[in-house]
Amino acid sequence: MADVPSDAPEHCPGTSSVEAGKTSACQGCPNQRICASGAARTPDPAIEEIKQKMASVKHKILVLSGKGGVGKSTFSAQLVYGLASDTSTEVALLDVDICGPSIPKMMGLEGEQVHQSGSGWSPVYVEDNLAVMSIGFLLSSPDDAVIWRGPKKNGMIKQFLRDVDWGELDYLIVDTPPGTSDEHLSVVQYLSGAGVDGAIIITTPQELSLQDVRKEIGFCRKVKLPIIGVVENMSGFVCPKCKNTSQIFPPTTGGAEKMCSDMQLPLLGQVPLDPRIGKSCDEGRSFLSLEAESPAAAAFSSIIQKIRQYCKDGVEDGSPD
Amino acid sequence: MERSDEKGNLAQVRHVVLVLSGKGGVGKSTLTTELALALRHAGKKVGILDVDLCGPSIPRMLCVGRQDVHQCDAGWVPVYTDAQKSLALMSIGFLLENPDDAVVWRGPKKTALIGQFVSDVAWGELDFLLVDTPPGTSDEHLAVVENLRKHKVDGAILVTTPQAVSTGDVRREITFCKKTGLRILGIVENMSGFVCPHCSECSNIFSKGGGEELAKLSGSPFLGCIPLDPQLSTSVEEGKDFIQAFPESATFSAISHIAQAVLANIAAA
Repeated sequence: MADVPSDAPEHCPGTSSVEAGKTSACQGCPNQRICASGAARTPDPAIEEIKQKMASVKHKILVLSGKGGVGKSTFSAQLVYGLASDTSTEVALLDVDICGPSIPKMMGLEGEQVHQSGSGWSPVYVEDNLAVMSIGFLLSSPDDAVIWRGPKKNGMIKQFLRDVDWGELDYLIVDTPPGTSDEHLSVVQYLSGAGVDGAIIITTPQELSLQDVRKEIGFCRKVKLPIIGVVENMSGFVCPKCKNTSQIFPPTTGGAEKMCSDMQLPLLGQVPLDPRIGKSCDEGRSFLSLEAESPAAAAFSSIIQKIRQYCKDGVEDGSPD
Repeated sequence: MERSDEKGNLAQVRHVVLVLSGKGGVGKSTLTTELALALRHAGKKVGILDVDLCGPSIPRMLCVGRQDVHQCDAGWVPVYTDAQKSLALMSIGFLLENPDDAVVWRGPKKTALIGQFVSDVAWGELDFLLVDTPPGTSDEHLAVVENLRKHKVDGAILVTTPQAVSTGDVRREITFCKKTGLRILGIVENMSGFVCPHCSECSNIFSKGGGEELAKLSGSPFLGCIPLDPQLSTSVEEGKDFIQAFPESATFSAISHIAQAVLANIAAA
């Protein structure tokens, strides 16, 4: 049965939810008895289908943060640009931020459409070895809002993982929205058969970010998602005129460095604020390529190298994740 | 015409304003906090309802830390930031045993709690109830709008940073407002330029002007720009009253201007 059947009421909790058939919204639904009996809550066959599909993907990495606006999408974009700079590496970026899909703009792909073929949906290619999928490609106008409740978002994420014809990939990077909710649970659930190499956690130096990021780390540990490491973004700003550094988002409680030390996680790197990063993202161009000599690009490159090494070590260990 | 007893716990709340953005990290919670403080300094009684269940920031910003929430006959008693009860607050932050506990809930459970937050908090008499939201156009936003249908909502303030990546998401939030019949009180452009404290050079770290352009494009009022200010960041980090501490700053002037514009827009309705 579909997670939200077509005859379900508006606040359907989803047929695979533990509350299926039991919420007040379920009263009067034709499927209520089946759901309440637990019969609908068998393992979703999509998990096995996705496992088959992901067999041709060597490494799967999630980019997470509890906090919004810390640079998850910006980092994901630079990560795939960096990985794909080696033209023999096949890379893809999946954007599961259903309400606020930033990736098409950042990758210079606004206005592109997705095509269907016999083997599924074709992702949109930035380069021959760099593919992207986002709900942004399914919207006809920049003003279109995706006003969906959780179960419908979950259905979309399932389709993205199961029905996109990724082909052979070295890396699939999954960019997520902020939080610890439907999108995050669904991505982890649907990839549970295929296995995920790990998660990269993005933060800024402030405690207001760290307090949300600690929750995200708790989420990863709860669902047994390995954490590759933490990236501290917006870490100081060097004035282009006088070269003095200002901490615009001050690390009042020790920043990511202290948090990583307390929680025994690797700090992959710290990326400074640079107006050219935002400009590149707005223009859909690779900051890494355009400003390769900048301190921020050096920071990104160093982090990307650590991620490559983590994946390589994982393969050599023989440990799947 | 609705009878006031049908509005329950919101019966004595004069104005309800939502703070929205399609985009995360643009300063919704910061603006909500600063607006609340500005309104309080202007002698108003203010409440803040924080419906960001995954990332509740408001308790820290108002330095209310770990608080127990008590029940009364009418429902939950909000947490007051001061003895005069001029600023009341409700957030999931107060219901967690451990502040680092993640709230890993799917949509229906979030919807249910938000319904309770809207109907079952005994706000009492308030001039303003500000509702701080998470980014997006999903369960939390639908839950707030649906549960507030019985009560008159004055409208929504939309927050953006100047960049196209941000305004791109806020355009979708504008569509959400139009579809749900929510009046747009105006758009605020946050993180609008940074003045170096050493040499006064202005750097547009997150670009400039996008918020004002968006307001023109969508036919919404433009409420103003707030600059990037490390003193504001530190104040909200440490739960200090920025308005009281830095009344001479350009940032205070910007916030004050926005508060006046919001009051004027509400009065004009």
